[in-house]
Amino acid sequence: MAWRRFRHNRGAMAGLVVLGVIVLIVLVAPLFVPYTPTAVDPNHVREGLSAAHWLGTDDTGRDTLARLLAGGQVSLLVGFAAAASALVIGTTLGIVSGRAGGWLDLLITRITELFMAIPSILVVIVLAGVVGPSIGLLITLIALFTWPSCCRIARSVVLKVRELEYVQAAHAAGTVWWRILLRHLLPNVLPQVMVSGTLLVAIAILSEASLSYLGLGVTPPAASWGNMLMEVRSFGKLASQPWLWVPPGVAISLTTLSVVFIGDGLRDALDPKAASS
Amino acid sequence: MLRYLVTRVGTMLGILVVVSIGLFSLIHAAPGDPVSAMISPEELGNSEAFVKARTHELGLDRPVVEQYVAWLGRAIQGDLGESFRNNGRPVLGLLLERLGPTMELVFTAVIGSVVFSLALGVFAASRKNRPADYLVSGGTLLFMSVPAFFLGMLAMYLFAFQLQLLPSTGMASPGDGGAADLASHLVLPAGVLAVAETAKLTRYVRAGMLEELGADYVRTALAKGASLRRARRHALRNTLLPLITLLVVGIPELLGGTVVVEILFSWPGMGQLTIDAITYHDYPLIIGFGVLATILVLLSNFLGDFLYRLADPRVRLR
Repeated sequence: MAWRRFRHNRGAMAGLVVLGVIVLIVLVAPLFVPYTPTAVDPNHVREGLSAAHWLGTDDTGRDTLARLLAGGQVSLLVGFAAAASALVIGTTLGIVSGRAGGWLDLLITRITELFMAIPSILVVIVLAGVVGPSIGLLITLIALFTWPSCCRIARSVVLKVRELEYVQAAHAAGTVWWRILLRHLLPNVLPQVMVSGTLLVAIAILSEASLSYLGLGVTPPAASWGNMLMEVRSFGKLASQPWLWVPPGVAISLTTLSVVFIGDGLRDALDPKAASS
Repeated sequence: MLRYLVTRVGTMLGILVVVSIGLFSLIHAAPGDPVSAMISPEELGNSEAFVKARTHELGLDRPVVEQYVAWLGRAIQGDLGESFRNNGRPVLGLLLERLGPTMELVFTAVIGSVVFSLALGVFAASRKNRPADYLVSGGTLLFMSVPAFFLGMLAMYLFAFQLQLLPSTGMASPGDGGAADLASHLVLPAGVLAVAETAKLTRYVRAGMLEELGADYVRTALAKGASLRRARRHALRNTLLPLITLLVVGIPELLGGTVVVEILFSWPGMGQLTIDAITYHDYPLIIGFGVLATILVLLSNFLGDFLYRLADPRVRLR
């Protein structure tokens, strides 16, 4: 039923479609582009849009479209992986915290608060720069600072559900703990966490873009949407070769926007009373 | 009151120590070291003796704990050490020098975002579900999704290049340091920085206003004959309180945003300095920056709590 409400939200459906298209293109299109993202071609340097290179080339003749697609794969991978990790860790800890209570709950809550108190962006910048750029590290770092919000949500849902009569009845009747988990806790926790999860994807994609832009994330010659923007730091290039930086920027924005719309739609679908617009 | 202050300051100092220890350990555990970073790869083979001497000179061959204690001792006295690069200049001096421009940026962005978000939020709330409202709501989502540096590049391209209206980089044009010049240099970077924050705050103000306007006290006031304008004023006052908290909580994020914006616009603030420090393993500078950033965040949290207490006397200090 929530799905039906979701379907009526035009923004959310549009977001879903656009995201789907982006993911599809990024995965499939490289098969059709005749260039690899790192192929250097000194004969076609700094060219604008043309039939041979749909999005032009850069300083060393690398095809922009190929880089855009490859970059998309990396950026989306980091984004989804980081968000998924944060979701899994956060939800698990949240459920454990809510169910267990006592010192374990207290410990996990304190840790969550600690992580939320640290100014994440600054720390991520320092850490990413200090330890050196790598995709695995990037995913870990981003996940490290986004799991607390999931944990909080999961925990509060568990605390609420735990008090419900039918759950207490099931417990009294002697149902195995994992059965309660599966049939009662998870179905209530998952939807709420998913909403937060979509926001996490948006945050993760933007974080990866920012870090790569600063040179602390994915480094050239590998492509990522963020570092494609980094390579256009000088004002001259910015002005004269817009095809180098506009496509990746638009790609990041469009992807993030779709994800945000989906998240909004999910939230409104799950709790129509909280619909904001 | 005194007790509150003492506990608060104590906690802040504690957090500072923890952060400094954390940073210190991480930096020293990471691969790469500052001395090798200063030598080009080809020379590295020939410079073993130099590397050794320099490492000893900088005290990097002593055990990490000893290095930390030494650092802490100096730090308490206000001496954050000397930068490995930048000709060995004192870290504190370097940071303070760059702090001003960064603060100008942040300050302008904060003020701008508060002003605009209040205006837009109230406007959107008053035109609820009409096209203007959808425009604002959609716009806020859009500007929250666009990465700051891309927005900056677009703005740069449009205003500095195509329209030639505003300068593209730096804080002042050569030969001119006047107020008008500063303002024109400030517009783009501060504007870009403010956009995401404005979008976020606008959404809140709009939602807050709508919620307040539906509340009982507003209904009562209107029933008693108060004008809509009067009611709106009251609703606005009540939405202001959580706005303060939201603003303060967003400051760390804003600080992170300044790093990117400063790099893009070549703004002579802390951002550029830090990225360089990180890339070249300039330990004292990195830690100094970490400590300074933490202080800023802690101070803004403290300020936020204080303002909230002022605005709503029902809130008790912990």
